[in-house]
Amino acid sequence: MTEQQMAFYVDLAACSGCKACQIACKDKNDLDVGIMWRRVVEYVGGDWTRSGDAWVSTVYAYSVTVSCLHCEDAPCATACPSSALVKRDDGVVLIDESRCIGCRYCEWSCPYGALQFDGDTGKMTKCDFCADYLDEGKDPACVASCPMRAMDYGPLDELRERYGDLAEVAPLPDPSISRPAVVFGPHPDSRAGASTSGRIGNLEEV
Amino acid sequence: MSDATQTENLLTETLLSRRSFVKMSAAVGGTAALAGGGVKYGLEWANRSAAAQGETTVVPTGCAHNCGGRCAIRAWVEDGRVTRIETDQRPDTFEDPQLRACMRGRSNRKRLYHPDRLKYPMKRVGERGSGEFERISWDEALDTVAEEMTRIKEEYGPESMYRNYATGGGSTMRGSINATRLMNLFGGQLNSYNNYSWAAAQWATPYSLGTQLSGSSRDDWVNSKFILAWGFNPAEMIFGTNTQHYLKEAQRAGAKIIVIDPRMTMTASAIADEWIPIRPGTDNALMDAMAYVMITEGLHDQDFLDTYTIGFDEDHMPDGIPPGNSYRSYVMGEGEDATPKTPEWAESITLIPRDRIIRLAREFAMTKPAALIQGTGMNRRAYGEQPVRGGINLAAMTGNIGINGGWASGMGLCERGISVGGFPGGENPVEAAIPVYLWTEAIVRGTEMGPEDGLVGVDRLPSNIKFVYNCGGNCLVNQHGDINKTVEILKDTSLCEFIVVHEHFMNASAKFADILLPAAMDLEQDDLATTWAWGESLISFSKAVEPLYEARTDYDICADLAERLGIGEEFTEGKTQEEWVREAVEVTEETYDDFPGYETWREEGIYVAKFDEPFVAFKDFREDPEEHPLETPSGKIEIFSEAIWDLDREGLPAVAQYVPEWEGGPWDPLYEKYPLSCMGSHYQRRSHSTFDEIPWLDEAMPQRLFMSTVDAESRGIEDGDLVRIFNDRGEVRIAVRVTPRLVPGLVDLPQGGWWEPDEDGVDIGGSVNTLTSLKTTPGAFGNAQHTALVEVEKA
Ligand code: SF4
Ligand code: SF4
Ligand code: SF4
Repeated sequence: MTEQQMAFYVDLAACSGCKACQIACKDKNDLDVGIMWRRVVEYVGGDWTRSGDAWVSTVYAYSVTVSCLHCEDAPCATACPSSALVKRDDGVVLIDESRCIGCRYCEWSCPYGALQFDGDTGKMTKCDFCADYLDEGKDPACVASCPMRAMDYGPLDELRERYGDLAEVAPLPDPSISRPAVVFGPHPDSRAGASTSGRIGNLEEV
Repeated sequence: MSDATQTENLLTETLLSRRSFVKMSAAVGGTAALAGGGVKYGLEWANRSAAAQGETTVVPTGCAHNCGGRCAIRAWVEDGRVTRIETDQRPDTFEDPQLRACMRGRSNRKRLYHPDRLKYPMKRVGERGSGEFERISWDEALDTVAEEMTRIKEEYGPESMYRNYATGGGSTMRGSINATRLMNLFGGQLNSYNNYSWAAAQWATPYSLGTQLSGSSRDDWVNSKFILAWGFNPAEMIFGTNTQHYLKEAQRAGAKIIVIDPRMTMTASAIADEWIPIRPGTDNALMDAMAYVMITEGLHDQDFLDTYTIGFDEDHMPDGIPPGNSYRSYVMGEGEDATPKTPEWAESITLIPRDRIIRLAREFAMTKPAALIQGTGMNRRAYGEQPVRGGINLAAMTGNIGINGGWASGMGLCERGISVGGFPGGENPVEAAIPVYLWTEAIVRGTEMGPEDGLVGVDRLPSNIKFVYNCGGNCLVNQHGDINKTVEILKDTSLCEFIVVHEHFMNASAKFADILLPAAMDLEQDDLATTWAWGESLISFSKAVEPLYEARTDYDICADLAERLGIGEEFTEGKTQEEWVREAVEVTEETYDDFPGYETWREEGIYVAKFDEPFVAFKDFREDPEEHPLETPSGKIEIFSEAIWDLDREGLPAVAQYVPEWEGGPWDPLYEKYPLSCMGSHYQRRSHSTFDEIPWLDEAMPQRLFMSTVDAESRGIEDGDLVRIFNDRGEVRIAVRVTPRLVPGLVDLPQGGWWEPDEDGVDIGGSVNTLTSLKTTPGAFGNAQHTALVEVEKA
């Protein structure tokens, strides 16, 4: 049991999909192409129909920025045969790369694709919630980067008090799988997690 | 994805592609530096950051390309290497928001250390444009440039010397201003007017409003109840640091925001309440139909029109203009074309359902105050002058000018900004000026150009352009129109005899240099910058690291050239670059009591001018139009412009109105061959063509042809297919992204992709200008690069 659970908040009504957060993360952590601890998924749906000369659109789109969500029931920690994945007291899930044997079991256990393999080192890598910044009292790089001010972070119970408890949103998996430490503010068009009305619009980017 | 669960969506789809990628990366692993350099495993967790070890200093600097924003960068420097890029660390408030850098700004470290940076001076050894160069010394390079400048000036005169439009740098000491100063001091150069961004808007706005500065300050948007963001897309193209933030704050404060755009932009999906897709180039038809609804339903503000405008109706026309030429007459079908501009009429042109047009007109007219804020993509189209003045008409008809929460429309730059000096470009003794988009024309037939080509200052030019200084910009090739025609002109060394280029990378413009000089980047020099849209902040740039390789600052390069040309002292006035920066800030120091002083500002990195209240454009005029008339001939808002009437040009009516575009739609015979309209949007991952070279950004947002699901389906094209995009001007071959976020009939090839011809001349880099034309707008002689018809096929 952790004392506290650090969590992310994302206002989906404000996230533009600009990826400042993704690049801020890559820069801070010096991640090569191929490793993205934070990714931004575009969910799109709707159709075009003709009405006389005009086009009528029911098209909608929104973006979901997603990193490791430092799940309360972190399945990665259970999947790792060498106990390389640990949850800190503040709920942050860290990987001890010295213990990682590169078997990549955790990769398949994480519903969010947060664990990513570094082909150069043969180790798994993941978002550490900018634990060094947290320890210094500084905001995580991604949160502090957002030009839309769509992100926030803090103890999960506080975020829920402030923003509600929405964690289920398409195209993310069912939160009951791992109890992710995240709260979303809904986009006017955001769909429930189980919705299949749309699709990931930028598959090659995530 | 029909019946897959969402768990599978993310898990299988993204992870499978990632797995295969990692294998590739492992295979070439030897070349990649070990992430994190000195990371020590065995800590509690592996902190991978490159800056985890040793002493780190944080250097305040900035990102100044040409997105319109200028953002704060704090470069972490360790052992003479930039290891991390942070952004503004000051408190973030609505009154004084952080100047947060976007994904591009955060990538500046990757730009600095990019393996493809130009490292030393080079001279061309192959055919011009072949990209074949040989390394030479700085001395040889600068001697050659100085000799050629001297020779060409003597042989052809200063009118043959041309400093090409260049906006890759947006700081005070940017390359373009250095080259301008050098050439002016050396005896002058052919001037140009306009720019590639808003030629038509700059030209048209003053005809209606007497000034280009028609915008209020952004902190006033929270006072709006309704915002019509018409082709306005700050979430992607920035338009001033924090513009998207202010727009979102307006929505949070209760404004309803509607985006009108052929694309569902990021502004449409993340800021607006609603998106109204429109056929590109038909904005005026929508405006005219909205006016029709307002007039027929009596929703327009007749008192405002009577007091503040001329030309709305027949009772308020200048003397001597025949009846039927007011805006009202045009809209109601009482003018020459006898066509009422009904919503039905507009539906077939704009592709917007008539009911939606009616609702939009009512909503805009009845919600007060309302702001119709225009983007400038529309002004880079065939008749780009029309939407600019058309927007002003609607703002006037609803009385939204000169009040809090309103907006006059038009160009929208704001009079209010921070006071700061600059690096003087010097006096140019040459009077002649060409429209900037016609410089290739002036290479081929400059001496034949006249007023009909927009030549001003002289009747005829004594010479064609023979020398081009291209300093810090990519308009020599990549960002100019019709690349195939442009390179044909440039390849002929008997036309333009010498081209010198300062660059960071071997882009298309660099390839056409005769002498190619490696320039230093922002992180390698002392400088300063303000934003161009709403410049309320002053960002100090301190040198984070010494210039890499043999790169030198544009200032140093031009100073050395000046020395060789015998004007060294005049050029530098004995000052270093940092001393020029210091001098530029003197006026800021004098103007603002709370300016902390030069040294402190350099340390802190940012100074923001504070204002007590939002600035409202035309407030004086609104309060007292007699006492504070506009600078138009009548002193009023000129819905009908007699000055434009007198120009009597095709496609340039005296009241703004819908003019069907060439290469616009089914009415153009070319449409049969090329039925898709092609635009080049501003892609978030680049600032024009800058940052195209960054692998992180390519991974985040690769260059693609964006195509509507409807058009892809009818052509049997699927997401990810390699496609040919072509017209009579050229062909691009690139992968397609099929998306419902575009109005059917439109494809978008985001502008700024780097032109890369294969052996058949097919552009596999994806520059939209392989497809664009060199035609100009009728009023401004501005570029119309968004108007182009193409066809797309599976390759
Ligand atoms: S930086 Fe903010 S707006 Fe941009 S993608 Fe990330 S969360 Fe969304
Ligand atoms: S918290 Fe830090 S490590 Fe995690 S996604 Fe954000 S920037 Fe990356
Ligand atoms: S590209 Fe523009 S918005 Fe992005 S960081 Fe640089 S200046 Fe700011």
